[in-house]
Amino acid sequence: MRNFEFHRPQSVADAVTLLKGNDAAKLLAGGQSLLPILKLDLAQPSDLVSLAKIPGLKEIRSEGGDRGDLVIGALVTHDEVASSPEVRQRIPGLAALAGGIGDAQIRNRGTIGGSLAHADPAADYPAAVLALGATIVTDRRSIAADDYFTGLFQTALGADEIITAVRFPVPERSAYAKFPHPASKYAVVGVMVAKTAGGVRVAVTGAGSKVFRLTALEQALTENFAWRAASAVEVPPGDLRTGGESSPEYLAHLVQVMAKRAIQACQ
Amino acid sequence: MSDQGLGASVARKEDRRFLLGKGRYTDDVTLPNQSYAVFVRSPHANAAIRSIDARQALAAPGVLAVLTGEDAAADDLGGIPCGWTITSKDGSKMVAPPHPALVKGKARHTGDPVAMVIAETRAQAKDAAQLVEVDYDPQPAVAHLNAAVANGAPQVWDEAPGNVCFDWHLGDAAATDAEFAKAERVVAIDLTNNRVAPNAIEPRAANGYYDDVEDRYTLYTTSQNPHLTRLLLAAYTLKVPEQKLRVVAPDVGGGFGSKIFHYAEELLVLWASKKVGHPVKWTSDRSEAFLSDAHGRDHVTHAELALTADGKFRALSVRTLANMGAYLSTFAPAIPTYLHATLLSGPYVIPAIYAEVKAIFTHTVPVDAVRGAGRPEATYLLERLVDKAARELGIDRVEIRRKNLIQPDQFPYQTPVALQYDVGDYPATLDMALQAIDYGKFAERKAESEQRGKLRGFGISTYIEACGIAPSALVGALGAGAGLYEAATVRVHPTGSVTVFTGSHSHGQGHETTFAQLVNERLGIPIENIEIVHGDTDRIPFGMGTYGSRSAAVGGSAIYKAVDKIVDKGKKIAAHLLEANVADVEFEDGKYRVAGTDREKTFGEVAFTAYVPHNYPIDTVEPGLEDSAFYDPKNFTFPGGCHLVEVEVDPETGVVEVVDVAIADDVGVIINPMIVDGQAHGGLAHGIGQALLEECVYDTEGQLLSGSFMSYTMPRAADLPSFKVGNHVTACTHNPTGIKGVGEVGAIGVPPAVINAVLDALAPLGVTHLDMPATPEKVWRAIQAAQGGAA
Amino acid sequence: MATISLKVNEKSHVVDVEARTLLVELLREHLRLTGTHVGCDTSQCGACTVWVDGKSVKSCAMLAVEADGAAVTTIEGLSGNGKLHPMQTAFHTCHGLQCGFCTPGMVMRATELIQRNPNPTEDEVRHGLEGNLCRCTGYHNIVKAVLTAAETVRGGAQ
Repeated sequence: MRNFEFHRPQSVADAVTLLKGNDAAKLLAGGQSLLPILKLDLAQPSDLVSLAKIPGLKEIRSEGGDRGDLVIGALVTHDEVASSPEVRQRIPGLAALAGGIGDAQIRNRGTIGGSLAHADPAADYPAAVLALGATIVTDRRSIAADDYFTGLFQTALGADEIITAVRFPVPERSAYAKFPHPASKYAVVGVMVAKTAGGVRVAVTGAGSKVFRLTALEQALTENFAWRAASAVEVPPGDLRTGGESSPEYLAHLVQVMAKRAIQACQ
Repeated sequence: MSDQGLGASVARKEDRRFLLGKGRYTDDVTLPNQSYAVFVRSPHANAAIRSIDARQALAAPGVLAVLTGEDAAADDLGGIPCGWTITSKDGSKMVAPPHPALVKGKARHTGDPVAMVIAETRAQAKDAAQLVEVDYDPQPAVAHLNAAVANGAPQVWDEAPGNVCFDWHLGDAAATDAEFAKAERVVAIDLTNNRVAPNAIEPRAANGYYDDVEDRYTLYTTSQNPHLTRLLLAAYTLKVPEQKLRVVAPDVGGGFGSKIFHYAEELLVLWASKKVGHPVKWTSDRSEAFLSDAHGRDHVTHAELALTADGKFRALSVRTLANMGAYLSTFAPAIPTYLHATLLSGPYVIPAIYAEVKAIFTHTVPVDAVRGAGRPEATYLLERLVDKAARELGIDRVEIRRKNLIQPDQFPYQTPVALQYDVGDYPATLDMALQAIDYGKFAERKAESEQRGKLRGFGISTYIEACGIAPSALVGALGAGAGLYEAATVRVHPTGSVTVFTGSHSHGQGHETTFAQLVNERLGIPIENIEIVHGDTDRIPFGMGTYGSRSAAVGGSAIYKAVDKIVDKGKKIAAHLLEANVADVEFEDGKYRVAGTDREKTFGEVAFTAYVPHNYPIDTVEPGLEDSAFYDPKNFTFPGGCHLVEVEVDPETGVVEVVDVAIADDVGVIINPMIVDGQAHGGLAHGIGQALLEECVYDTEGQLLSGSFMSYTMPRAADLPSFKVGNHVTACTHNPTGIKGVGEVGAIGVPPAVINAVLDALAPLGVTHLDMPATPEKVWRAIQAAQGGAA
Repeated sequence: MATISLKVNEKSHVVDVEARTLLVELLREHLRLTGTHVGCDTSQCGACTVWVDGKSVKSCAMLAVEADGAAVTTIEGLSGNGKLHPMQTAFHTCHGLQCGFCTPGMVMRATELIQRNPNPTEDEVRHGLEGNLCRCTGYHNIVKAVLTAAETVRGGAQ
């Protein structure tokens, strides 16, 4: 690992100042994705800007009462999401997803904001954010999930933009089904299904170069929320990863199976 | 039996330091003025090295030296030797190419060490290593066996045409052919045995120190056999006499074979220490370990079994290609030959066997022993073949084995492949395991699984292994470059406590407890008063270390024999004190007694007298109470047994879950049942890992795709069930302890049971073959293919 | 270089470290607490597990500077005065360790596990140890030890 300058600003504004104009600076949240990357010298930042000392990024709260959105601060850990009574009660599918990320030690450090900023194509949270139609709240704007994930490890975030929270509309039902890689525990395929008054959304992580929606299945499920619809899912071949450990045919098949299981878990 | 002797499940003496975080592993040793080494390794599987420019690295902060193959050659460092020579069918010796510690001019696998950077801190060394500029000329490489033997394949060594290291055979070809010619049934199988990485959780490390005042070298290293390392350093690589070399293998965090071998880094840290005037420490990263620890297995095999129509085995014919990697590691040639082909009779009566083994060079990490070493490969092919025969002949899988097992009254049993089994009771372990898993109710369980959408399968393996390695004269005749005895010194202290110095090495086996139990059994001394010393060549006698499940059987026997000498000497002293004839003195329960009387002296009194010889038979008996023994085994030992596995397959995803494992082993006399069970558990996890999860995957260019724990799947707690472990003891007939050995039984016995269970689960779908590891996608594809699907 | 202050096993330390120094390097190389081990470079094996402010984390996936102001507990500080914590005792009596290398991380994680779930099932223990690899024991006796320790601690709490 190359050495770098380490900063622990006390406010989001100070953090933005540190990032501004310095393309070689990187933000550090829980570090569970970033540290392994730095250790393998896959990234060599000049500066690391830690968010750990910034107040107000660790809250979980419901806005606007029982029907309002669930807002999760960027620095809330996976474990805190998984074990939060509020999340478990309001979006149990999200709590369960968070409880299946990595392993216990990783869940104690890894954060929702960090995961979304990193946008690993095999991470779990992107599926939840996209299926639940969440909004990424940054220091300067709100980004709809549909606009947020732009490519492999690519997001709509500006170079000096900082996620402060994620706002989740509360669905009627939701569930996540994951086929984990046996070694890394990342998702080979993970499918999140969310049923809301406005319809059904289905998001797939792991199988492609970025998280994506299954709109045909969403339409079928909006008409009739039944697991049999999943067997008709056709994943556009262009959406699937190639050259990895799993063949595209197997990935496409797993998408069907995980979609079915997520739908069943919603029942 | 005392409450600490043979058969007592006493908790381990060594646990306390490990539990308190006070173990002392090689990387924990930091010496004054410590410096650190990092290796520059080839990123190419096959490349000429045009030049190495170290100027920038040398100018980096803290850098003490950058050493290359040129420097090693200039200092006449020896190449890493191979300790076993195989003679091919045609009488020629195997091709043993040079194995330089740092390569010169050419790299032959990804990870081959090209340069060594030494700096004041590890971070500085890592930084500087990135500044070493190596100009490579990459060339076509070959990683896989079938590709390496194809016409026109890239050649790893000019002196090995066709990449053949040796072409060896064992058994009676004519007798085997004759059986096949008249066979009523012949069953054939083609299979691979997947390449695995050893992955002890402690990565290898070495810390070398040259003392210029004493002109003496000290090496701390992660070794299973420090004396072997010292011998090879002295005789071949560093070329410094033994008395100038001290090798210490302190606490070692698991070996599984991978820490037997003499590795380049051990030599290089010593050499570099003299050059830079600092101790030099190297600690492997895990990703570096995948590219520098010897791998295991990697066979491609075709085998045929000749049977009578009613399922009696008549003959076995086996053709195996074995991957050696780019260089020959210390024991590599012995693994697919004398530890593999000799085991092909398994626990069965097979009148004729013929095996051909061709060892092949590839541009990959060297392949050598990993837990089981050759015996898992033999067991796997035989047990897969037997299962296939049962299916093709329509005979129950249990019954075809029962029909062919060597019966207890047939021992000693001479196999057609050189070994003579001394003792065993294979029907007993078969029945014991079947009972433990409640085989009679399998159909009910299968039906219950089916209701949950799961396909349940039952798998069996009846196996034998050869361990307690090994009679020196025999292995010498077969090509070994070393003896395989073990040594022990038993030092009784004046107050009657004991220190045992053993050539065996404990890296998880619990010798500090079990060897103390052996001494307790003989001398009656509490194990708290018995210390076991191992791992330091300045302290212990010349012994051969720990591998091949040999330590209790061979090392324990050496301790037994040394204790015999102590007891006998004590008799002479006691006879003097008791004013009796030596012949009338007997030793029992820690006391010397004149037979038939109540006149006795305790062992402690006799020990004290030996060191304070005031009233003493000084004319005939020397003072002191210390003796040594070297024990050379008369034969291998032959643990065996039956491993049963039940799996559930999810037909939708191909995921295999191991839901039940029941085993019954015969590992001979047991010192500590708790430790023996623990060894079996670990071996089972290793074997299940090979069957379902683990594989070193190379691409066609020789890049290792599964080079970290992100991509190479190690078994985790949630991947495994609890295990049902039983033992049926027949005592080894040719060593004084009756012990056979247990360290490898799981890794040897269980992989075919797992795959046989998966194939049993999938049989209704028409799947007849799978290779290890049975990953979800592989299982799913097999199902699709059998069902006529697109895959 | 950065100056950080932290508590390790109840003892206060002020240390100068490079920003890139990992917490595990601080513990092992600066503070000579070598009970915490490194078994991989991708944060899979869990041998480096310690507690930071009471939560188990992989000290190879955390910078030392991130621990500024934190309270760190390592295997050396799990129990005081050379005594064994009930988890350590259970590993001993159940033969939950062989080579001992994964043991410190395994014990730290297992102890947190039963603190948070005092009455776990075997399945919960197996899944709760997902972040820790052991090559020796096949996990059988580790699982047994964790269940035994949980029982001991529950008994002691009554």
